[in-house]
Amino acid sequence: MSTLRPALIGTGTGTATSAAASRRLGVWLVCCLGATLLFTAGGLLIGTSSIETSWQWLLAPDAQSSVVLWQIRLPRTVGAWFAGALLGLAGAIAQGVFRNPLAEPYLLGTASGAALGVTICLMLVDASIGGLAWFDKLGITGAACIGACAATLLTITLARGVLQTASLLLSGIVTAFLLSAVTSLLLLTKPEVWREMQTFLLGSTAFIGWSSATLLGAVFFLCVVPATLLSRGLDALSLGEETAQSLGLSLPWLRLTLLGVVALATSTSVGQVGIVGFVGLVAPHLVRETLSVNHRQLLIAAPLCGGALLQAADLISRSIIRPAELPVGAVTACVGGSYLVFLLWRRSRDG
Amino acid sequence: MSVKFAALLAGACLIGSGASASPVVLRDALQREVTFASPPQRIVTLLPSLTETVCALGACDRLVATDRYSDWPPAVRALPKAGGIDDAQIELLVSLKPDLILISRSQRISGRLDALGLRCFALVTDSYADIARNVTRIGAMLALEERAARLNASIRDSVLEIGAQALAQRHGPGPTVYFEADGPPYAAGPASFIGELLERLGARNIVSADQGPFPALNPEYVVRHNPDVIFVSPAEATHLAERPGWGEIRAVREQRVCSFVPAIRDSIIRPGPRVAEGMRALGACLTRVSP
Repeated sequence: MSTLRPALIGTGTGTATSAAASRRLGVWLVCCLGATLLFTAGGLLIGTSSIETSWQWLLAPDAQSSVVLWQIRLPRTVGAWFAGALLGLAGAIAQGVFRNPLAEPYLLGTASGAALGVTICLMLVDASIGGLAWFDKLGITGAACIGACAATLLTITLARGVLQTASLLLSGIVTAFLLSAVTSLLLLTKPEVWREMQTFLLGSTAFIGWSSATLLGAVFFLCVVPATLLSRGLDALSLGEETAQSLGLSLPWLRLTLLGVVALATSTSVGQVGIVGFVGLVAPHLVRETLSVNHRQLLIAAPLCGGALLQAADLISRSIIRPAELPVGAVTACVGGSYLVFLLWRRSRDG
Repeated sequence: MSVKFAALLAGACLIGSGASASPVVLRDALQREVTFASPPQRIVTLLPSLTETVCALGACDRLVATDRYSDWPPAVRALPKAGGIDDAQIELLVSLKPDLILISRSQRISGRLDALGLRCFALVTDSYADIARNVTRIGAMLALEERAARLNASIRDSVLEIGAQALAQRHGPGPTVYFEADGPPYAAGPASFIGELLERLGARNIVSADQGPFPALNPEYVVRHNPDVIFVSPAEATHLAERPGWGEIRAVREQRVCSFVPAIRDSIIRPGPRVAEGMRALGACLTRVSP
C-alpha cells in the first residue's frame, strides 16, 4: 500500500486469503513475542554493570545482585512492556474510533492532560514521583485519567469532529501545548520539585518497581478485554457511520466506551512512566504496514508491538550514557518523530 | 587561566591596597575583563551563596536586590526580589540602577545586562576552592580585601578543625555515602563542594570524581554500591524504601539516613560562607548514624 494506510480495514472473510493472512499474523505475533523475550533478557543484563558481570550475577547471585536483577531490572523491563502495550492499544483504538490514521494519545493531547492530572495530584499531596506507595499510585492514575478525558474532549471540541486529519492534529497539538504550559506554570511555583517533574514528564522508566508493573499489567488486561470485545464495532465503524448504525450499533455508546479505554490506558501509562510519545502511533502502523488485519487482530498485535518497542527504547535509554541515563521519552520521540515525518512525506508525495 | 587570574588578582590587590584611585580590573568566569574604578555601592546578587558572601564581608547594606531564593542573613528578606536563576527580571534590574550585578556562570543574562550598560560579574560556584576564591574576588571588588582574608581564614580554620575532629573520632575506613542533591537521583559527587566536605569528614562517596560534580544516576547504581549512609531531603527520606530495590540498601534497612530542615540544608547546599556550619551538620549526622 503506497498511501498512508487508512484506518479502514478489511474484515478478512475470503477463505483462501484469510488462511494466508492468519498464518502471517501468526508469524508476526511469534516475532513480537521473540523480540519481547530477547529484550527482557537484555533488560536483565544491561544496566550500570558490564554485561559479563550481569551474566555472572545470573549464574551465581548474591544478596545484592539479586536485588538489582529481580527488584530493579526485571520489574522495569516488564513495566516498560506493559506501558508500551497500553500505548499501542490506546493508539490502535484511537485510530479506529476517529477513523484517522494519525490519532494517538500523544498527538491528541490525551497524554498532556494525563500529565497535568499527575502534576496537580502530586502538588496537592506534596509527594514526589520517586517514592509513592501502592495506594498513591492508584490515586495518581485516577487523577491522570480525569485529565486525559478532559484533554481528549477539548481536542475533539476544538477540531469540531474527528474526521479531518489536519484539524484533529492541529487541535491535538494546541491542546498539548496549552496543557503542558499549565503544567509548567504549576511546577514553577514549586522549584524544589521542578527538575524531578521535568525529567519525569520527559518519560522515565527508572522508577518502575513491582507495584508499578503490577498496576500497569492489571490495567492492560482490564483494557484489552473490552477493547477486543468491541472490535466488531470498530470494524463496522471503519465502513462509515451510516453503515455502522444500520448494523444496529449504538455509536455514542461505542465511542464513549472505547474513548474511556483510551483514556484509562494512556493515563495509567503516563502515571507510571511519564509522557512517552509516538509508541501509540508507531505500533499500530507497523502492524498495518506488514499485515492486513481486522480490528480484533490489530488490538492484539499492536500492544505486543508497542510493548517490544518501549522495551527496546528503555534498553537504549539506559545503555547509551551509562551509568547515567536518557529519558526514555526522548528516545521514542526521536524514533517516532522521524517515523511521523516519513508518513507525512509519503502521503504528500502520493497526493 | 587560573594562574593568569591569580596574577591579575595579585596585581589588583596590590593596587587596591596601595592607592584607592587606581582601578581594579578582574577577569570573570565568562572571560570578560571588568573594571572597578571605585568600590560598587549598589549591588544586586542573583545567587543565594553570593548574597551570603557579600553580607559576610559586611557589605549587606550595599545590596539593593537579590534573587528570589536568597533568604539569609534575615536582613536580605526585605529586599526586592529580581527573579530566579533562569528568569531574572531585567526591567526591575534596570530600574534599580545597580553598579554591580553578581551572577553565576550558568546564568545566561550577561549579554542582555552588558547591552543595557549594567555591569555584571560572573562567578563559578562548583568546588570547595571556589568558595574562598569568590570571597577573595568579591572582597577585591568591594575594596574589602582584609575582611575577605579574615573570612577565608576563619572558614578554612573551622573546616580543618571539623575535619580533624571527625577523623580523630573514626576508627577504620569511613562509611560509604550517597548524597542526593535532587531527584531523580542527582548525586553530589566528589568533584562538588558537598562531596569535598564529605571527604574531609572521612566519608567515602559511592560516586567517583570523573562522573562530574552532580551526575544523574541510574537508581540501580545506588543499590549496587549499597551505601552505609544516605543524605536526602526530608520529603524523600520517609519514602526511600518504596523505590524499587532500595529497601535492601544497608542505609535504608538500618535507617542510616540523614535529612536536614531547610535552614540547615541551605547551609549545606549553598557554596557560601556558611560552609563550615553545613559541614558541622553533615558531620554530626554522619557520626550519629554511621555503623
